[in-house]
Amino acid sequence: MVEEIIRIERLDKSFSGVPVLKNINLDIKRGEILGIIGENGAGKSTLMKILAGIYYPPTAGSIYLHGKITDIANPIEARRLGISLIPQEFNLIRDLPVYNNIFLGAELMKNRVVLDNAAMRRRTIELLSRLGVSISPDAQIENLSAAQKQMLEISKALAFDSEVLIMDEPTTMLTHYEIDILFRLVRQLRENGMTIVYISHKLKEVKALTDRVAILRDGEVVHDGPTADMTTLQMAQKMVGRELSSLFPPKNDSAEDQVVFEIKNVSVPGILHDVSFALRRGEVLGLFGLVGAGRTEIAETVLGLRRKSGGEISINGKSADIREPRDAVGFGISYLSEDRQGSGIITSFSVAQNTTLVSLPKYSSRLFHRIDKRTEHEQVDEYIREFRVKTESQDKRLENLSGGNQQKISLAKSIDTKPGIFIIDEPTRGVDVSAKHEIYVFINKLVKENRISCLLISSELEEIIGMCNRVVVMREGAVTGELGGDAITEENVMALATGVVEDKSA
Amino acid sequence: MNANTGERQGFNIEKWGAPIALAALLVIAAVVGWPHFHKPQNLINVMRQASYTGIIALSMTFVIISGGIDLSVGSMAAFCASVGVLFMNWMLGNGLGEFWAVVCGGVAASILIGGVCGAVNGALITAGKIVPFIVTLGTMSIFRYLCLQMANAGEFASKSQLFSRFGAAALFQFTASGHRISLPIPIFALFILAAILSFLLKSTRYGRYLCAVGSNAKVAQYSAIRVGRVRFWAYVVNGLCVGVAASLLAARFNTVSTPNFGLNFEMDAIAATIIGGTVMAGGRGTVWGTVIGCFMLQIIQNMLNMAGISPYWQGVVKGIVIIVSVFIQKQKQ
Repeated sequence: MVEEIIRIERLDKSFSGVPVLKNINLDIKRGEILGIIGENGAGKSTLMKILAGIYYPPTAGSIYLHGKITDIANPIEARRLGISLIPQEFNLIRDLPVYNNIFLGAELMKNRVVLDNAAMRRRTIELLSRLGVSISPDAQIENLSAAQKQMLEISKALAFDSEVLIMDEPTTMLTHYEIDILFRLVRQLRENGMTIVYISHKLKEVKALTDRVAILRDGEVVHDGPTADMTTLQMAQKMVGRELSSLFPPKNDSAEDQVVFEIKNVSVPGILHDVSFALRRGEVLGLFGLVGAGRTEIAETVLGLRRKSGGEISINGKSADIREPRDAVGFGISYLSEDRQGSGIITSFSVAQNTTLVSLPKYSSRLFHRIDKRTEHEQVDEYIREFRVKTESQDKRLENLSGGNQQKISLAKSIDTKPGIFIIDEPTRGVDVSAKHEIYVFINKLVKENRISCLLISSELEEIIGMCNRVVVMREGAVTGELGGDAITEENVMALATGVVEDKSA
Repeated sequence: MNANTGERQGFNIEKWGAPIALAALLVIAAVVGWPHFHKPQNLINVMRQASYTGIIALSMTFVIISGGIDLSVGSMAAFCASVGVLFMNWMLGNGLGEFWAVVCGGVAASILIGGVCGAVNGALITAGKIVPFIVTLGTMSIFRYLCLQMANAGEFASKSQLFSRFGAAALFQFTASGHRISLPIPIFALFILAAILSFLLKSTRYGRYLCAVGSNAKVAQYSAIRVGRVRFWAYVVNGLCVGVAASLLAARFNTVSTPNFGLNFEMDAIAATIIGGTVMAGGRGTVWGTVIGCFMLQIIQNMLNMAGISPYWQGVVKGIVIIVSVFIQKQKQ
């Protein structure tokens, strides 16, 4: 008999009068992996934050834990009750070693006064070996990969004997191989009786991993049932509430032979080794690699943010000397950052201010550089219409917009300089399915109508396969190969990215 | 299209908080300081006294919006004023007679030196990549002790009679309800500079970049903004304003007492900026808010004076006001 751990009954949550969750009813059973999916803004994270005690109290409704009505008033209370949340952004302190991080906030003490470092270290080794991961307890956080950090967050949950582990978008930062390891681990935790709530955008993963799936739309549960009964397409349709054709638009067919942008033998000590490739007019060139392969570092070198020790960048056949991002803009290069909040947009700036941040010289007078706010306003309105950005006004701060809408503004910002070469780094990270589709359509439209050549940097194989005319694959800072047309397959790309040819029978 | 944003947010405390606080304070002061506070001459005195640090606070607003701080402004004021007075005396001692040109030369020297001092701060912060707090803590000491060394810890008295006339000068004499009123030059300087800096901040590319750099320097860098230059100019503008304030104050006293001139100005300037609603972490703020902030500080002091409260308690109240105003700002977030 499956035992029920958590029951959520008629739960409502509003923020300043705006309902985010409406009449949620959901059971979570012991030893199951429950997938929770929904578009950005559907209320997934809010629901989970209520369970983890971060949002308290709910506007209405109740939560039962082991059949008893329970108040989860704060995160410490949640942890005491056996509920752990692994947030999208990890909560790790960079300057502390692994074992201190695991016991952060619940340090083991000697005589109630002194930290018992030896005991914490010992327990850490136990925990990590239980998870079957090889991380030194003394390692510094900054030296760990994203996957290893994820493992640490899981160890933290184990250290507190959690019964319920909530994972919010755990695979965003992980590579294919790391995801496999994570999945094995999650299944193993389930065997040991742990309950896992798995929040994700990636339907394929939800399909592969979860036992049951609950779908949220506009703050309501629109579906709750066994995962096996649904295809990913059905899931996507339930999520957006309409029929979805294919995620990717028809492939771009406007590639020409003329090279517009070329990187020749570029090296950055310790990061890039003798990298060369060429981008042709009107094509979408993919740049694929696992984490640490040096994809983003190439973009940063092109922008002049990293100093190269050798090699040359040429634009339309002429050598281009780029020392700072301003020079790159001058050469018609534009960059969409992979780290939206870190280096893409200013969340406290308005929609309009973000959109024109790079192209501001275009809107300002010669004298005093006075900004022509009317032209700015008109242009931004045009982008809002074109991208179908959901915002009440262009004066709204970006922090009040969803991830997908933020990304659209980030895109508008990048193309407002009218670039000829557009480097797009992870354009759909943290973006929901329908916004993803819109972004793909838009990239192809840019290439076709505006004759822009795109370098699409991505760690999502699907995206590379669905979008690119050619793909350059990197591993450990070097180009390992180039594929075109029908040769762009999952196997071929992964073989180049890992240096290992996968066994087809596996 | 953008008219209806206020509706859902309701009351916009960021925009109206400081003016409302000022209005409330004026009412309180009029009651506590009855029957003297509300008299025109007193109000003009309050404004004049607020102007000297007020002018510095205007540009401190730029520095704080850029994500920095400038602790050196008080010492810098002493240094600028000393150089200005020395330059005037030198001109007078070298055969130039008492002309307004000499006064202008002295004022120009002060402002120029202020710009140079600001450039030194800015260069150390941007090219030297040292945090603003440390750089300006260092230059605070350097500027002060340079003057003390030059004056042997004494004072520089101006030999120009015109300079002190400039310090006492007022414009727009008129009569209101039986009082003869005139507006001193520092008040004009404050409002003119506030108008210029507010224009720079709100309507020009530089102002937009300044907020961008203060909000998120990395985004600014990726957006092809020259982060270092934007920061550098904030310190130069600050230095220029310090030069203006220093020459006005020196003219008022007709002398520069090197140990005391501009002492604690950095505290008043930073306090006025913060009370005026500028975010300490950078990225957001208004120049007019800062003007209100420095008037508020001065009104509180004036009111407590009239109520016969000791200057020591006044200092305590000032500290409380700073903390409470930041606390109120935090609540709305």
